[in-house]
Amino acid sequence: MAETTPSNGKLVIKLVGIVIGMFGFGFALVPLYDVFCEVTGINGKTRDTASSYEAVIVDESRLVTVEFITRTNTGMPWEFGTETRRVKVHPGEVAQVDFYAKNPTIRNIIGQAVPSVSPGEAATYLNKTECFCFNNQPLAAGEEVIMPMIFYVDPQLPKDITFFTLQYTFYDVTEAAATTVAMNRIGE
Amino acid sequence: MSTVAEHSHDDHDHHHHAPSGIKRWLYTTNHKDIGTLYLWFAFIMFLTGGAMAMVIRAELFQPGLQIVDPNFFNQMTTVHGLIMVFGAVMPAFTGLANWLVPMMIGAPDMALPRMNNWSFWILPFAFLILLSSLFLEGGGPNFGWTFYAPLSTTYSNDSTALFVFSVHIMGISSIMGAINVIVTIFNMRAPGMNWMKMPLFVWTWLITAFLLIAVMPVLAGVVTMLLTDKFFGTSFFDAAGGGDPVLFQHVFWFFGHPEVYIMILPAFGIISQIVPTFSRKPLFGYASMVYATASIALLSFVVWAHHMFTTGMPVATELFFMFATMLISVPTGVKVFNWVATMWRGSITFEIPMMFAIAFIVLFTLGGFSGLMLAITPVDFQYHDTYFVVAHFHYVLVTGAIFSIMAAVYYWLPKWTGKMFDITLAKWHFWCSLISVNLLFFPMHFVGLAGMPRRIPDYALQFADFNKWISIGGFAFGLSQLIFLALLIKACKKEGEPVSDRVWEGAEGLEWEQLPSPAPYHTFETPPVVK
Repeated sequence: MAETTPSNGKLVIKLVGIVIGMFGFGFALVPLYDVFCEVTGINGKTRDTASSYEAVIVDESRLVTVEFITRTNTGMPWEFGTETRRVKVHPGEVAQVDFYAKNPTIRNIIGQAVPSVSPGEAATYLNKTECFCFNNQPLAAGEEVIMPMIFYVDPQLPKDITFFTLQYTFYDVTEAAATTVAMNRIGE
Repeated sequence: MSTVAEHSHDDHDHHHHAPSGIKRWLYTTNHKDIGTLYLWFAFIMFLTGGAMAMVIRAELFQPGLQIVDPNFFNQMTTVHGLIMVFGAVMPAFTGLANWLVPMMIGAPDMALPRMNNWSFWILPFAFLILLSSLFLEGGGPNFGWTFYAPLSTTYSNDSTALFVFSVHIMGISSIMGAINVIVTIFNMRAPGMNWMKMPLFVWTWLITAFLLIAVMPVLAGVVTMLLTDKFFGTSFFDAAGGGDPVLFQHVFWFFGHPEVYIMILPAFGIISQIVPTFSRKPLFGYASMVYATASIALLSFVVWAHHMFTTGMPVATELFFMFATMLISVPTGVKVFNWVATMWRGSITFEIPMMFAIAFIVLFTLGGFSGLMLAITPVDFQYHDTYFVVAHFHYVLVTGAIFSIMAAVYYWLPKWTGKMFDITLAKWHFWCSLISVNLLFFPMHFVGLAGMPRRIPDYALQFADFNKWISIGGFAFGLSQLIFLALLIKACKKEGEPVSDRVWEGAEGLEWEQLPSPAPYHTFETPPVVK
C-alpha cells in the first residue's frame, strides 16, 4: 500500500465529473430527442413552421388518404372540429381543410393546437404551408373562428403508406400564454 | 497474520474511547458499523414496504372495493414500489458492500469513511420525507413508482414536491455510496490482489457502482424536470407547451433499465460466492462470469424502450429493442450455466445459504424466462401493464434480489457475530418463504395472461379465486419474514454456538481464511499478502 499510494482525491474528482456529466446528459436528452424525432418522425410531430411550396412535382400515379381527428384536452371547453373527415390527395398536390373552433364559455381562453400524425413515419412527409397550430389561438368569450390548414404531402412519401391520420388536440394554455398573447395580437 | 491483526486491534481498543450509545452509530465511520446500519435500515424498510403490500393484497382479496379507497390504494402501490427499490434492495446491497468489500480485498476500511457516514445518514431522512407525505392532505404520491408524466405533473397533488426531494436525497446517497465502493476497489486492494483475483462479489459491485454513477444522475435530472414542469411552468413533458409526455418515458427508462441491473448484479456476485463454498469446488468459469457481468451492464443501456413497446414506435425501433433485450439472456445464461456447472459433481451440502442460493437460481431463471416472453414485441401488447408483468418483476426482485440478500445474510452472519444463527428458525424461514412466495407470485402469471390489469384496486369476478390464493400467499410470505426478524434479533444478542474462523467447510477468501470470527472491529490494518 505504502509504496504506491494512489490518490483518492483524483479518482473522486473523475467520478464526480461522470456524475455531473450524466446529470447534464439527462437534460441533453431533451433536445436530442427532438432532433431524433424530427429526423425519424417517431413521435408523430409535424414541423411547427410553415413549409414553402416550390418546384414540387405532383405524383399523379397514386392517391394518399389523409384522415383528420379533432379533440380537446381534458378541461378544455372549446368546441373544435372539421367538416372534412378525410381527403384524398396526390402526393405534391396542395389541399385546404377548414377547421372551426368556438369558445362557448364566458371567459377569454387561449388555445394551442398540437398535431400528431399516425403512423409517425408519415409525419416528416406532411408539409403545411399554413396552419393554426403554428401559433396559439386566442378566442374571446363566445367567439367563433374558421381556421384554414393548407398542406401537401411530400412526393417522397414511402409507397407503402397510403393512409395516415392527422390528429389535432387543443390545449388550454391561457395561463402559460398570458404574457405572450398581447404580442401575438400586435403581430396580427 | 491474524495474530498481528488481533494484537493491533486490542491495542487500539485500549486507548481509543469510541463514543457509546446512539453517538457511536451517528458518528461512526467504521465500514462494519455502517454496513450494519444499512442492513438494519433496509430490513425495516422491507417490513414497511411489506406492510403496504399487505394493504394491497387485503384490498385485492376479493373483488369490489372494501378496505381502502382507490386513491389510497394507488398511494400504496406507488410507495411500496419506491420503498422496496430504493429503501430495501439498494441499501441492503450497499450494506453488504460496506461489510464485505474491504474484508474481501484486504483493506482496513472504505476509502472515504466520512462520506460513508453521510451517505447512510441522509437516507432515513429521505424516507421520512416520503412517508410523511402520506399523511398530508390529499395524500402522498399516487402515480406509480415510475411516476409517468402527466400523472405526476398535471394530475398529481402538491406533495409531489416532497416525493421529488426524497428521490433527490436517495440518489445522492446512492451516488456517494457508489463512489466510495469504486475508490475503495481501485485504490485499497491488498498487494497481490489483482483484478482477476478479486472475489466475484467485489467485481459485480464494482460494475454496479459504475452503473449507479451513470444513471442515478439521470434520475435526478428527470425528477427535476418533473418538478419544474409541475411548479415552475416549464414544458418538458407537456404537449401544449411543445414538450412530449413520451419523452418522460424515454428519460425515465434510460435510468430505469440499468437500475434493474443495479438490483441484480450484486445478487449474481453473492450467488457466485456461495455456490462454490457448498459445492466444494472452485467457481466454474470465473473469467466468463466477469465478462458476462460487464456485458450485461453495457447492454443495459441500449434496451430501455422495451418498457415502451406500446407507445407507438416504428417497427424498426421495436425490433432493435426486442433483439437487444433478448441478447441480454446470453450473458445471463452464461452465469446460470456456470453456477450449475459449479455444482456439477461437487460435494454439495445443503446449508441454509446454499438452499437460498439454489432457490435463487431456479426462481430467478423462471423470472428471466417470463422476461424473455415480455421482450417479444408482438406479444408484449397483450402482457403490457397486466399482472404478468407484476409476476415477472417480483420473481426477479423477490426470489432474485431479496433471496440473494437473505442468502448473503445467512452466509456471512456467523462471520459477523461469531455465533451460528438458529438453524431451526432459519429452516422454517426458508421453507415458509419458498412455499408462500410461489403461492403469492406464480398465479399472477395466469391472471395476467387472462387480462387482469395492474395497479387497479378492483377486478373482474373471474379473477376472484386466483386473487384469494395470491393474497393468502402474500400474508404468509409477510408473516414468514417475522421468523427472519426473530432470528436476526437472536443473532444480534450473540446467542448461539461459537463458530470457527472459516465457519463453512468449503469457504475460501480473505474474510474466511485470514480473519477470526467474529470479525474484529478493525481488520487488515496491515494489509495481508495475497498469493
